Amino acid sequence: MRKMTKIEIITRPGKLEELKEALNSIGVAGMTVSQVYGCGLQKGHTEVYRGTEYAINLLPKVKVETVVCEIPVEKVLATAQKVLKTGQIGDGKIFVYPIENAVRIRTGEEGDIAIIDPKA
Amino acid sequence: MKKLWSILAICLMLTFLIVPVAFGAEGTDGAAAAAAEAPKIDAGDTAWVLASAALVMLMTPGLALFYGGMVRTKNVLTTIMQSFFVVALISVQWVLIGYTLTFGSDIGGLIGSLEYFGLNGLGQEPSAIAATIPSLAFVAFQCMFAVITPALITGSFAERMKFPAFVVFIVAWATLVYNPFAHWVWGGGWLFELGALDFAGGTVIHILSGVSGLVACIVLGRRRGYGSSPMLPHHLPMTVLGAALLWFGWFGFNAGSALAANGLAASAFVVTQVAAAAATLSWVFVEWMHNGKPTILGAVSGCIAGLVAITPAAGFVSTIPSLIIGLAGGAICYFAVAVVKKKLNYDDSLDAFGIHGIGGTWGAIATGLFASKSVNSAGTDGFFFGGGMDPVVTQLIAVAAAWVFAAVMTFILLKIVGAFLPLRVNDEEEISGLDVSEHGERAYAQDFVAGAPITHGYEISSTQKVAEKVNLV
Repeated sequence: MRKMTKIEIITRPGKLEELKEALNSIGVAGMTVSQVYGCGLQKGHTEVYRGTEYAINLLPKVKVETVVCEIPVEKVLATAQKVLKTGQIGDGKIFVYPIENAVRIRTGEEGDIAIIDPKA
Repeated sequence: MKKLWSILAICLMLTFLIVPVAFGAEGTDGAAAAAAEAPKIDAGDTAWVLASAALVMLMTPGLALFYGGMVRTKNVLTTIMQSFFVVALISVQWVLIGYTLTFGSDIGGLIGSLEYFGLNGLGQEPSAIAATIPSLAFVAFQCMFAVITPALITGSFAERMKFPAFVVFIVAWATLVYNPFAHWVWGGGWLFELGALDFAGGTVIHILSGVSGLVACIVLGRRRGYGSSPMLPHHLPMTVLGAALLWFGWFGFNAGSALAANGLAASAFVVTQVAAAAATLSWVFVEWMHNGKPTILGAVSGCIAGLVAITPAAGFVSTIPSLIIGLAGGAICYFAVAVVKKKLNYDDSLDAFGIHGIGGTWGAIATGLFASKSVNSAGTDGFFFGGGMDPVVTQLIAVAAAWVFAAVMTFILLKIVGAFLPLRVNDEEEISGLDVSEHGERAYAQDFVAGAPITHGYEISSTQKVAEKVNLV
């Protein structure tokens, strides 16, 4: 079984489409996307309702998770950075994790074969 | 809970007991009315008053949406239910005893007699109050006012009041606060005799509900976490829709209060629009200067403040005074809501007091300043139209009466209801939200994706099937 790696990208919601296209173009076959809220170096903003001010410091972000095996992790990281980097605070983070195992529920296949597109 | 059932049972039994009395007397009274010289019912007037009644009816569901959008996701159904349920509750109370306590023959300037109990003796004949429309048209029109008034209070104690206590309080409040006070002003009571002007309900509706709301929110206490955790409106478009329905319905409220399809109705219609528009502008601009941004919540709050302020004056003032009433109304209510409330630190959740109590007070005083006999010969000339201080003093007496009566009665009623039923949900219920704790339902199924429950369990009847399936695997 070849080594599998999970790459988790948290970034600006507005960059999602571009990121999806770029990852598809280097052969990343699947991903899971969630809407999340987070804070980091960005300060957030204030909202005012009938004169009462609220500091909103959790900002909406998207989280893209994908697990790769034959595609080099460095290539995914480079592609993601190329698309996502604006140089402003708030571009986000990328986390890389080793994966122990994977199961394709439909067939019961385990390991790298479970995450590889059989037609590719 | 047992107490609640016994209260309900007694009410039900009383209802059956009085039915024969109510129906028995109908025949003789109807005949007497027919025998008298009958004033002519006017088709146009009747059509307008009936249409106005329907317009005002729509305001309470509109209020439900207006308030509903301003609470948090977990309390939206409770908030909407409090208004919607009141439409039903007070309609029944109104036909049984509300109307007769308000418009029955005056007893000592304080209350109406029980002669119209169950609308006994009221039918298609010309109304004793407005001769060109049928009695029942007037009953229907006034019913909608009786409905919206207690519904307005619900904004003050939103997100924390127990439903059973709420129901008992609202019925008691309608019977012992709204009905007597409406009688004082409109039904021939002492304020009516004094000459206090209240065209469509500035004191009767807005001061009563606003001040009662203030007392209620203080008696119930602040929401858990008020001032520390954010309590943001969860759906402002819903609030905007509600405000739009209120604005729309308000033409029935104010122009309908002419009780005729005539020039006075047209005049009330125009000043209503002008004041609402002016207050929208003033709230938005004041907020823009004070906080840096023009907000839609500010725009709709301003429009309601303007509508409240023009309500008592609608049938007595002309266009330019209505512009002034609106402009000042928006700014005064903004100040009450954004500055005074924060200073005094009471939790009037949706600003029932800041907008209705304060806006109604300004409107009632402004009526004494700007009323003119050239608009309505039945009115009086205000301070700026050569009437001197007298009309202003009269209005101040009416305002003070409304404030004191509403505050004292609401306090007493809440203490009495609170002695039998819990007024407030407990901490756990407040955290989980009243939609689930009080009503067992939720407004938004955002935890369900494509029909499959993710975190919140399953249909109870399906438990067995799921268990079997898991065992098979």
